[in-house]
Amino acid sequence: MLAQLSNSNFLVIQTLNSLSLGGLLFLLAAGFSLIFGLMRIANLTHGSLFMLGAYIGVSLLEAGVPNLWLAALAGGVATAVLGGLFERLVLRSLAGNSQGQVLVTLGVSFIVADLCLMLWGGDPLPIQTPESVRSPLRVAGFTFPAYRLVVVALAIVVAIGLYVLIERTRLGAMIRAGVDDMPMARAVGIPVSRLFTIVFCLGAGLAGAGGIIGGPILSAYPGLDADMLPLALIVVILGGVGSLAGAFIGSFLIGFVYTFGSALVPDLAYVILFLPMILVIAFRPTGLFGRMGA
Amino acid sequence: MGIGRRQFIQATGVAGTSAALGFSAMSRAQSGPIRIGLMTVKTGPLASGGIDMERGLIMYLKARDYTLAGRKVELFVGDSGGVPATARTKLQELVEKNRIHLMIGPLDAGSALAVDDYIRSASLPTLSVAAAEDMTQRKPNPWFVRGTSTSSQCAHPMADYCAKTLKWKRMAVIADDIAYGHEMVAGFQRVFEDNGGRIVQKFLSPLAVPDYGSYIAQLKTNIDGIFLGFAGSNGFRYLRQFNEYGLRGKVQVVGGMTALDEAVLRNMGDEAIGILTACWYSAELANPPNRTFAADFRKEFKYDPGFYAAATHLEASVLETALQTVGGRIEDKAAFMKALRSVKAFTVRGPVSFDTYGNVVGDVFIRQVERKDGRLVNTVQYTYPAVSQFWTYAPQAFLANPVYSRDWPPARYLES
Amino acid sequence: MSRTAWLAGGLLALFALPLVAGEFYLNLASQMLIAALFASSLNLLVGYAGLTSLGHASFLGAAAYLSAWLSLHLGLAHWASAPIALAGTVLTAAVFGWIALRATGLGFLMLTLALSQVLWGLAYRWVGVTDGDNGLRGLTRPEPLGVAIESADRFYWFALLVCLLAIGLIALFVRSPFGAALRGTRDQPRRMGALGFDVWLIRWLTFVIAGFWAGVAGLLFIWYHKYVHPSALSLQASAEVLLAVIAGGSGTLAGPVVGAVMVVFLKNFVSAYVERWNMLLGFVFLAIVLFLPEGLVPGMRRLIRRVKS
Repeated sequence: MLAQLSNSNFLVIQTLNSLSLGGLLFLLAAGFSLIFGLMRIANLTHGSLFMLGAYIGVSLLEAGVPNLWLAALAGGVATAVLGGLFERLVLRSLAGNSQGQVLVTLGVSFIVADLCLMLWGGDPLPIQTPESVRSPLRVAGFTFPAYRLVVVALAIVVAIGLYVLIERTRLGAMIRAGVDDMPMARAVGIPVSRLFTIVFCLGAGLAGAGGIIGGPILSAYPGLDADMLPLALIVVILGGVGSLAGAFIGSFLIGFVYTFGSALVPDLAYVILFLPMILVIAFRPTGLFGRMGA
Repeated sequence: MGIGRRQFIQATGVAGTSAALGFSAMSRAQSGPIRIGLMTVKTGPLASGGIDMERGLIMYLKARDYTLAGRKVELFVGDSGGVPATARTKLQELVEKNRIHLMIGPLDAGSALAVDDYIRSASLPTLSVAAAEDMTQRKPNPWFVRGTSTSSQCAHPMADYCAKTLKWKRMAVIADDIAYGHEMVAGFQRVFEDNGGRIVQKFLSPLAVPDYGSYIAQLKTNIDGIFLGFAGSNGFRYLRQFNEYGLRGKVQVVGGMTALDEAVLRNMGDEAIGILTACWYSAELANPPNRTFAADFRKEFKYDPGFYAAATHLEASVLETALQTVGGRIEDKAAFMKALRSVKAFTVRGPVSFDTYGNVVGDVFIRQVERKDGRLVNTVQYTYPAVSQFWTYAPQAFLANPVYSRDWPPARYLES
Repeated sequence: MSRTAWLAGGLLALFALPLVAGEFYLNLASQMLIAALFASSLNLLVGYAGLTSLGHASFLGAAAYLSAWLSLHLGLAHWASAPIALAGTVLTAAVFGWIALRATGLGFLMLTLALSQVLWGLAYRWVGVTDGDNGLRGLTRPEPLGVAIESADRFYWFALLVCLLAIGLIALFVRSPFGAALRGTRDQPRRMGALGFDVWLIRWLTFVIAGFWAGVAGLLFIWYHKYVHPSALSLQASAEVLLAVIAGGSGTLAGPVVGAVMVVFLKNFVSAYVERWNMLLGFVFLAIVLFLPEGLVPGMRRLIRRVKS
């Protein structure tokens, strides 16, 4: 273990790996955090939306969409629309019924998983890395996939975008008001109903686009949904629900813990993701940055 | 998919009607249809292989108009979803409700082990696809016959090829951290090290790993090659990420029997070209049964048959040969099992026979990925004839050792 | 007909089932019984304590693994292994409850999920004890009072007796003063605290009791299957039982039983006829939420009342 830690190549590459996994996790978890923060809905379809996005990306790229970024945009819009419909037609009627929400979000994730199997088959499907960042980056004797650095950059851009949206825009001000005190927000005339739909669309769209952005690394395969949902939950709980900064830091923290943990203590690889979360929540039930009781 | 499903319904429809006709026409004591149960996986992450298992078997039965050894055959399909407890329930349904005479399957080791004692208590002849070593080794089940391979049966020759033909000395291995992965890399390590090689790195990654970056970054580049013991989509992702890190060409890759299956290859690109794997089958095999089967399969489903499609097709050949020996009387279980275990048949994988433990002795092929007619195929480079599950070791000595596992044989040459 | 007459008739029908049903259907019924008890145990948390747990498979799995390990590695007889396995399960529940009850709501759900995933990981990884994904096998069924329960009808009767007894005791528990206090902590936790009740302690005791009954279901599970695999501890297993409780109607005695019977029926019976049974299961849940959002049993009761009046 010590030998590995004193190896500078190991340290540098694994740090980059941690960052890139963290970036990917943030793209996954930001939407979940946003939705839970405002609407108090634990959206257990989030992993399904991520997987659905990846599959839609595969089909879009096959159908001739010129590049990954456009596919991610279009796929994000598609999952946003689906998410919006789901919110309007189903979740809307379940406000306050948290058990009903668990039932319906898990139920829909069964449907999505089986639908993907039916439409795209059971084989893993690749999403090609964009040509411009396909060859690995070689700097000072280190080799690292260029695309993964793009993912980190993208995660930071998305984080800044969301920060600006929430802290600097009128919509953001309404969202913040809703997160802080829903009855008050309603009382001062904020259109809470429309706000909910917008935020749910945004969260679903982020998940779908994240699936496509993650595609060159993860591919699309049956079971991707179940692999990703616990990760989103861990990040959000660790960082503190409803806190964007918490989701951001939680993502990178999990990136580091997982990458270094599975390399340094491979015996714990199966549980390495859950142990830190249990420790943090056991001593700080609101998560690292949570402002309110979970 | 759409076409496939319609054809499936037609096929089962044919089976249903012919079975019904057969039943009313014949006397009911012994000569109703032979009822075969296929235990497979059609939902969840393992569905790809499971659906191919169904397609391969139906293709075999259709080609014979659902008649084996002069008797009509009726097929019942159970979907376990890859969950062992469900497999057990499904098998009970096949046995107690559908009254099957024989089971083909299951796909995964967990399901096979979950039904092990039930197979014994129901005295159910079983032609398995699952590779769990001990079911034909230290804890052999008298009703269990396997025409495919144990986990390590193809890894042994791959290691032999690496050590003797490629003259490799230092290798790394990686596999899923499950029994199948442990058994495969253990077999590989044993033969490679017995022939003078050294396994210097050994990685076992949990099943649900989205990102292999952490494992790939640890891989030494001063080795001759790495052996991949994955199954399903994990090998696919590992290899893509491996290339992402610019390791292609720096570290040579070889794989086990499921690492670059035809089902995975059909969605891969040039990154797979040149990789060697060992398997008991390739869609490219030129023997007469396979030339027909592979061409028909490609025509119907638009892709090459792989491990799972060939597995059930092969098991059906074994079944038919045994049935011919006993004149179709599958109800005489003792005679039928005896016939099953002494089958010598020529199948899509070539000639097969069985050892005293019910496991196949058959050819294993070293295959290389090449591009042919625009698609990737596994071209046969070398054939190891009549490979036993014990490789070249004496069965008694082999069985005196513990079963292959994460810790046995111990890896003595690991470098940190 | 009076309620008692209905109940008596229903019980008689349940006990008479082996006289009419074949082996396959009896085995299916036994699995429904096990699932019903498992769901009823989770209902104590979800329905009566208002705590949504997504890790309840931990306790079914822990009891199954413990019982299997004790008989395989220590050679213990069933009369010894069963109580020890239950004690171990209760201990696990005590520890897990102590950790998970640091939070409520989504935090509680996540902690239960995380703790159960740790057990699942152990089952895969700790090969020396669990034999990894090979699972533990080569087990036997007990012979309660010297009666073998190897056959489908005997096992069914045995499971029926155990489940009736267990669900009866759960009903008594719910109706006891403790049960009333428990419902109080669900509806008015602050007020209960102000009245001098130790809300945390009430929840923790309920968590442990729910773990105990899940352990009993786990013993039935291992005796029925004579095999246990890490999938018994999986997220899927936890989700399935939670869905059964909510779909049937949490916080009622009959709801989880009906929900569990429905899930087992769809999963193990309908799946033989419907290839896309996962999708069907999803749509059934969706329909229940849309039309009977409070769950099947309370929802049907409401509809019946409306028709009557």
